[in-house]
Amino acid sequence: MTLYIILTINSITMGGLLFLLSAGFSLIFGLMRIPNLTHGALFMLGAYFGVTFLRMGVNFWVAVIFAGIVLAIIGGAIERLLLRRLAGQELAQVLVTLGLAFIIADACLLIWTGDPIPLSAPESLRGVERFFGIVFPRYRLAVVVIALIVAVGLWFLLERTRLGAMIRAGVDDPEMARVTGIPVSRLFTIVFALGAALAGVGGVLSGPILSVYPGLDAEMLPLALIIVILGGAGSLPGALLGSFVIGFIYNFGQAFFPDLAYVVLFLPMLLMLVLRPQGLFGKHPS
Amino acid sequence: MRERFLMIVTLMAMASLPLWLGSDYYINIASQILIWAIFALALNVLVGWSGLVSLGHAGLFGMACYTGAWLLEAGWGHFTAVLGAFAMTILVSAIFGALSLRTRGIGFIMITLAISQILWGIAYRWIGLTNGDNGIIISARPTPFGIEMDTPGVFYIFTLMVFLLTMLIMAIFYQSPFGVSLRGTRDQSRRMSALGFNVWLIRFSAVLFSGFFSGVAGLLFLYYHQYVSPHVLSLLNSAEVLLMVISGGTGTLLGPVVGAGLVVVIKNVASAYIERWNMLLGVIFVAIVIFMPEGLVPGTQRLFRWVFARIKSIGAAIKSEAS
Amino acid sequence: MLIFLLKMKMSSFCVALFSVLASSFLVVASYAQDVDPIRIGLMTVKTGPLATGGIQMEQGLDIYLRSVSYTIAGRPVEMIVADTGGSPAVARTKAQELVERDGVDAIIGPLAAFEALAINSYIAQVEVPTLSIAAAEDMTQRTPNPYFIRASSSSAQASHPMGHYAAVDREFRRAITIADDIAYGQEMVAGFQRVFEENGGRVIAKLWPPLNVAEYSAYIAQIQNADVVYMAFAGINGLRFIRQYAEFGLQGEIPLLGGMTSADESILRNMGDEALGVISSSFYSSELPWPANVDFVSRMREVYNVDPGYYAVSSYLEAMVLHAAIDAVGGDTEDKAALMNALRAVELEDSPRGYVRFDEHGNVVGNIYIFEVHQKDGRLVNTPIKTYENVSQFWSYNPEEFLSQPVYSRDYPPAIYLGQ
Repeated sequence: MTLYIILTINSITMGGLLFLLSAGFSLIFGLMRIPNLTHGALFMLGAYFGVTFLRMGVNFWVAVIFAGIVLAIIGGAIERLLLRRLAGQELAQVLVTLGLAFIIADACLLIWTGDPIPLSAPESLRGVERFFGIVFPRYRLAVVVIALIVAVGLWFLLERTRLGAMIRAGVDDPEMARVTGIPVSRLFTIVFALGAALAGVGGVLSGPILSVYPGLDAEMLPLALIIVILGGAGSLPGALLGSFVIGFIYNFGQAFFPDLAYVVLFLPMLLMLVLRPQGLFGKHPS
Repeated sequence: MRERFLMIVTLMAMASLPLWLGSDYYINIASQILIWAIFALALNVLVGWSGLVSLGHAGLFGMACYTGAWLLEAGWGHFTAVLGAFAMTILVSAIFGALSLRTRGIGFIMITLAISQILWGIAYRWIGLTNGDNGIIISARPTPFGIEMDTPGVFYIFTLMVFLLTMLIMAIFYQSPFGVSLRGTRDQSRRMSALGFNVWLIRFSAVLFSGFFSGVAGLLFLYYHQYVSPHVLSLLNSAEVLLMVISGGTGTLLGPVVGAGLVVVIKNVASAYIERWNMLLGVIFVAIVIFMPEGLVPGTQRLFRWVFARIKSIGAAIKSEAS
Repeated sequence: MLIFLLKMKMSSFCVALFSVLASSFLVVASYAQDVDPIRIGLMTVKTGPLATGGIQMEQGLDIYLRSVSYTIAGRPVEMIVADTGGSPAVARTKAQELVERDGVDAIIGPLAAFEALAINSYIAQVEVPTLSIAAAEDMTQRTPNPYFIRASSSSAQASHPMGHYAAVDREFRRAITIADDIAYGQEMVAGFQRVFEENGGRVIAKLWPPLNVAEYSAYIAQIQNADVVYMAFAGINGLRFIRQYAEFGLQGEIPLLGGMTSADESILRNMGDEALGVISSSFYSSELPWPANVDFVSRMREVYNVDPGYYAVSSYLEAMVLHAAIDAVGGDTEDKAALMNALRAVELEDSPRGYVRFDEHGNVVGNIYIFEVHQKDGRLVNTPIKTYENVSQFWSYNPEEFLSQPVYSRDYPPAIYLGQ
């Protein structure tokens, strides 16, 4: 029984982490139709910036925000300088985002060396909570809360602000949005910067759990892809639900079907793509 | 006329390469370029001609490697192993096509990725069959017509022959009615349906065709390395061959070949001189997108045309001035 | 000059360029003939996820060659580093590059088992002595390669003693193992399990997280009803697992034992209190007290500012062995068979890991130590707490009998106490 409870809590905390990873990816993909294969690298880069800020003696939360800002600037620059020219050219987008991922990963190896670096959780969140004899790390619970706060914040941004209304219009029908005078081009920059910032924030927040190491990017990218396929591109509720679904599949799958540990994530994705290509919440088939 | 001359010179240069390249090391690099070029050409059938971006082609390539290695390991001859590998690759390609052709665009990318990851997982996990991450070593290369292929030069010539045959078949395929209708499904799939073409069947055949040549490349890879491990099925392998196709240029027959040369040379040769070769590769990809977004080969052709046009116009201007 | 170049005709420019290139080649070639260096090729991983260990291999080798002023048997030594990127296909090309283009006399490396297996047939074919740190059991057991020798350890060489220590010295009875699901992890666990169960212990669960699993909490949740946990991780996975083990409050509750690379110095230098108390078995730690090691550690600290761990000492050791063998053949590296015989006959009285010699299969025989992680001078160290002397890859078993059994794997030896 305790195993089930622990796995359930694990699944939820992992879902929170995955939402931070995939929300930005989903927004970018939904609005701009760009399969941003740099996303894993941006996540890792955010975590490494978090390491640097923490080493400079900055408070953990400030480091999270700083990393988000730095990544927003980098993301904005990538969109302005590169992706802007490639609207609609899917192949060129794949080439340039993978190329950037190579560059970022190698630059991280150069700057932060190949050593794995764990981040320390903020003092107040270290240690464990105990309920009914089950031990659970406090920081992981905090990550779920943060993920939910981010989800609510994004929901508010998308549903209750003018910017959000424009983004939604852009996701639904870019051509129409352009015709009705929405500055789609500036919107693209903002959304890409926002997506990169979310990746960076997610990277730092995951640091105390996952640590940062070369290869983190390649481990995270497929997860983001799976969640977006599952939840539907551009859908925030889709990303949220997809993250928690994957969290559960991942934890229970690894525990109860160890022989399928390698494919436990890809089988559901394959089924979803075959049976319902638009994802749980997607509006149109991707 | 000039083109035919250029082609003959190139062919002669390629065939005589073991004679003038000197070092076995470079001959081996040349063999690897050709193997990857065949693989990239195979993927190009989908990416370039059908508009279907596959990020899982390592799955088909790896199936041929593993089936071949497994049959050889089990004591079968080379002939059976090769036939079995092809049969298996075609079978897997059929499943691959049946599943993936339900989607297009990013969905197709993801479904192919998922299939290859599942194959990768099986190769890693089914140790009884695949020997896990330790992989399978095969003891010998085949000896077609009694010719030993153990020396780099002979193996290179063999690979070159397969490569040229592949090029020839690809060229014929490209211009055949089937090739034309395949490109039709890429550009005007609705109209093709309306005209009575079975779009799905055309694409499905393209997947099988592409799968077959991925298998050819996979078998050459197996015989070149005489070793196969789950790395052949990895996402990185799928991504690399896709990058070869896109960076070289999807529009032409030469593009994937040039892309293969670029990646193989940077990974294997340039990495001896430049520690940050991963970064170099990334920078080259980004530069290609900035300066030649259609790929190296079409981009260079455009550049040449532009230069020639400039020279001509300058020449004309000088002439008119002189007169 | 520039104008001159511009005015030159294309053809004459080509001729000029060619002659410049040709003459520079001649200069280089004639220079190369004057001195006849010993060329050592280091096959390592400097990019990608395995780079951590690969970079340390280069550091360890460099430190050794510096200590002999890059001179062996009166000949200058040239170190040529090849980066495989952790890919078996590139590993083979790099081996060809080192042998055919650079003409190396010996190869040190590669790092990973799959790389060693990928070049296995090639090194036998070109007959280049290869001193590897790849731990794959069968490379020196059922399918030995005459040109392969290993001064570090086979996978299970250090986990056999750990099984003994856990069952006999600590009297643990119920163990859960967790290891990377690769041959290296499987072989280590198999060795531990065999000796542990032969001495009264029971392995009640074996967990196999995939190599690139992002997170271990689903596995940690399954650690119940055990009085000890044995982990066998490669690369950086040990760090992630130990941290999460502590995060879930298991540190101090259930003792944590580990294999060679689960908690070596390269892992510890990035860790905090969560690693305290971890017990591991290996052939080396930077805390071994004798002068040969103190000297090595101080030079590593001086030049690279790190404590050497598994990877750094392995390439250092291989270089020591190679040096001794080249000395033994009087500096003649041309006769590969003689050099190989000399390599297998090497005995080092005082290496950083202590006394070292080789068995007839080319695998090292030497001490294995049990270490415990302690705090010392503000950093974490592996303090030796027990020594098993002159351990071979066969432990206490009869080699012929050992070799007639299947190679260690997930399923061999069979675990008969699972779930009890």
